[in-house]
Amino acid sequence: MSIDTGTAAKVAKLARIKVEDDQLPALAEEFNRILGFIEQLSEVDVDGVEPMTSVTPQRLKRREDVVTDGGYQDKVLSNAPDAREGFFAVPKVVE
Amino acid sequence: MSDLNKLTLAEARDALRKGDVTSVELTEACLAAIDGADALNAYVHKTPEIALERAKAADARLKEGDAPDMCGLPIGMKDLFCTKGVASQAASGILEGFTPEYESTVSQKLQDAGAVMLGKLNMDEFAMGSSNESSVYGDAINPWKVDERNLTPGGSSGGSATAVAADLCLAATGTDTGGSIRQPAAFTGTVGIKPTYGRCSRWGIIAYASSLDQAGPMTKTVRDAAIMLEAMAGHDMKDSTSADLAVPNFEAMLTGDIRGKVIGVPKEYRPEGLPEEIGKLWDDGAAMLKDAGAEVREISLPHTKYALPAYYVIAPAEASSNLARYDGVRYGHRAKLGAGDGINEMYEKTRAEGFGDEVKRRIMVGTYVLSAGFYDAYYNRARKVRTLIKKDFSDAFDAGVDAILTPATPSAAFGLGEMSDADPVQMYLNDVFTITVNMAGLPGITVPAGLSSQGLPLGLQLIGRPWEEGDLLNTAYALEQAAGFVAKPAKWW
Repeated sequence: MSIDTGTAAKVAKLARIKVEDDQLPALAEEFNRILGFIEQLSEVDVDGVEPMTSVTPQRLKRREDVVTDGGYQDKVLSNAPDAREGFFAVPKVVE
Repeated sequence: MSDLNKLTLAEARDALRKGDVTSVELTEACLAAIDGADALNAYVHKTPEIALERAKAADARLKEGDAPDMCGLPIGMKDLFCTKGVASQAASGILEGFTPEYESTVSQKLQDAGAVMLGKLNMDEFAMGSSNESSVYGDAINPWKVDERNLTPGGSSGGSATAVAADLCLAATGTDTGGSIRQPAAFTGTVGIKPTYGRCSRWGIIAYASSLDQAGPMTKTVRDAAIMLEAMAGHDMKDSTSADLAVPNFEAMLTGDIRGKVIGVPKEYRPEGLPEEIGKLWDDGAAMLKDAGAEVREISLPHTKYALPAYYVIAPAEASSNLARYDGVRYGHRAKLGAGDGINEMYEKTRAEGFGDEVKRRIMVGTYVLSAGFYDAYYNRARKVRTLIKKDFSDAFDAGVDAILTPATPSAAFGLGEMSDADPVQMYLNDVFTITVNMAGLPGITVPAGLSSQGLPLGLQLIGRPWEEGDLLNTAYALEQAAGFVAKPAKWW
């Protein structure tokens, strides 16, 4: 398993993190080192083993499906980098 | 009384009740110590006004009687906890300026118990790191020093460990995803416990890897850990993974009597190249527990060596999902956009500017292991290995083991910057003894047990059965008494 700069660029794109072209070879090399380390997992016999979904055997609590909170638009927007007229503002999405 | 900031929680609690001291006096002593310790870079947002206001309220409550144990005790808060009206940025540039409108459940419980928040503490960015070197605020510095070098306090709860060790608070909160409470406690000669997964609510704690993250106290003594954990723990409807179990009076369980307890010593925790002094400390710890009447038994946890690689699949996978929320829309940093930049450029530039290198690395590794075609080979396989790691521990407990004794770290604190050229994997090895505990969801505690040949603190870790923090704390208490670690860093800052 070896990651090339093309794969590194694709991963960066999927993660929505801008990586300059000249940084891609170093990034690919780091991925390869980390994935090389992870590769040891292929030695383990996992036949018939269930993947863990919950580390403690517990049933998730249920609650009534009703609104219990809310009604404070100002607080929700108070940390937004750009909020206008009660909305989050972003660059134009639809042409 | 002098040096009030040097008191333990238990000593201060008792002094408050006797009327020998007030919460305002304790708080002022801590605030003065904090102001004199900027060189350690432990506190990144100081909150003296809040502290004094809460201290006054605590004094009034104490006068009325019937105040909880934590009432009036000044503590530091890791920057990962959202605190209403006080900057909370997980030591990340991407949360620059973020001021929560709400309070995390754990910090609210502490506040309700009357604890006094002194400020927010330094940490590795998003709790990803073992040296506090990935913080946007700069490195926190270990108060322990043996030569001209500045040493790491460990991470990710490095600011918490520094603050406790340097008496800049009576105790502090930490969080632990792979060792982030226990490793810094070991590096600073302090006590840190990560409780069973689900013991403390994660609500309002900025998420790293949700199936592994747990909050816990960082303190000067085991007794203090028992007192503070009780105040932090408990069921919370806002965290569906928090356990609906009664929280015992942990302090009342500290008898120091461990006669007949079975202590497991796992042979897989002695990797090649383990420094001799760490091996000796471990042997000495086992001998102390034996002298106290416990049976020490060698055990095997055969999947130990796979915990670290499995963690570096699962934790980045969860991080890539959790950190997707930092998009420059709802809170925190947004990059300046060029003409013609659309929403994707906004996301990509914002995240490139806001996140540090280690965080980006883990997000991208997580993105990769979850991507189509690799999900089964990496993520599902790692989750199966995690099942086997947990089974190793269950088998040991089923065979009668009460607690497991291991070293806390493979070395004493190292110099800041010394690992900067190393492979990321080298840094990950710091957590080799602690990470298994998160993978299995178990409680684990670090107790200072001795000094290295250089004069730096070394810790031992005890791992307990799920939900039996009380029994674990009692074993740790016996170890603490036998080890008799009393050294403190000489003040140089």
